[in-house]
Amino acid sequence: MTGKDNENFNKNYIDYVHSFDPPTKHFKNCLRAFLVGGLICTVGQFLRVMFERLLGLSGDELSGAVSIALIFLGTLLTGFGVYDRIGKHAGAGSIVPITGFANSVCSPAMEFKTEGYVYGMAAKMFIVAGPIIVFGVLSGTIVGLLYLLL
Amino acid sequence: MKGHTVQFQSKPRIVATGTIAGPKECAGVVGKFVDKALSDDTFGEDTYEKAECKMLTYAVRKAIENGGYTEEDIDLLVSGDLLNQIISASFTARDFDFPFLGVYSACATMAESMAVAAALVDGGYIRKAVAATGSHFSSAERQYRYPLELGNTRPPQAQWTVTGAGAALLVDGRDELAEKSPVSITGATFGRVVDYGITDVNNMGAAMAPFMGIIEP
Repeated sequence: MTGKDNENFNKNYIDYVHSFDPPTKHFKNCLRAFLVGGLICTVGQFLRVMFERLLGLSGDELSGAVSIALIFLGTLLTGFGVYDRIGKHAGAGSIVPITGFANSVCSPAMEFKTEGYVYGMAAKMFIVAGPIIVFGVLSGTIVGLLYLLL
Repeated sequence: MKGHTVQFQSKPRIVATGTIAGPKECAGVVGKFVDKALSDDTFGEDTYEKAECKMLTYAVRKAIENGGYTEEDIDLLVSGDLLNQIISASFTARDFDFPFLGVYSACATMAESMAVAAALVDGGYIRKAVAATGSHFSSAERQYRYPLELGNTRPPQAQWTVTGAGAALLVDGRDELAEKSPVSITGATFGRVVDYGITDVNNMGAAMAPFMGIIEP
């Protein structure tokens, strides 16, 4: 079996396998993601207001401080083993915000610590977040160049 | 040999087994049948890989002990696991004085190790062989999927790698000790590799044990 036949066969098999998958509960998942994602954003907004009132920050300094605080919280919760439990229920709600990015850097760092601090933790820290950084920087550069030229 | 199946003349006997399993596995009926049910999935070690290795060593040692033998009686260990360079099996073999053959067939490693050991025993080259394998959920997650602390969701059809290890002690069916066990390996069928294009890391069962019955090309 080669070429087209093989392709169709594989496609049929994959469809057959998928027919056994329990249906995804879209509404429930969306609701959970909305609530948890919204909660994280509310925490961010709360920090923003507090930093503005108490520390007198504004503009870029203010957004920077809020991001740093959220990244710290995401990393801390990952370290305590809480973030993956939130993520299990929240799905995209806890992956999309900046705390999810912090989790994706922190979790491999914790996992690969057993292979040593240099070859393990430091080298493998970006196995999940690496592609996001690479394509983020790449697209940022392209947009920046276009912005400069146009 | 008939097709892909070999028939063993002497019918090598499984005279003893050694088994160990983790807390999740032992929560069900399996817990009653294993030699040791772990309540702590690290088995007192500081990493999951070391725990996997310790479980495998325990299973091999227990199988030899359950059969009433000593380590000097064993001629060969055939074993494998799921990690890079089948490291758990290799480190287990380091603790024993008998030779070691490493095998890898993912989830079919136990079947392969028993088939290889049975063939050597049946051929009369080896008198007593131990076939063993072990795996650990947490080390397999890192090997094949994502870090444990990563906050991603598992789809409901995702499969769970076993935390546990098992070993079977095989002797020649013509051996006087063979009488001790009614269980024998009469034959082995070697599988072909088939690839139906399954790329989902959460559904490796569909890739490894495909069912061909219903699909029309």
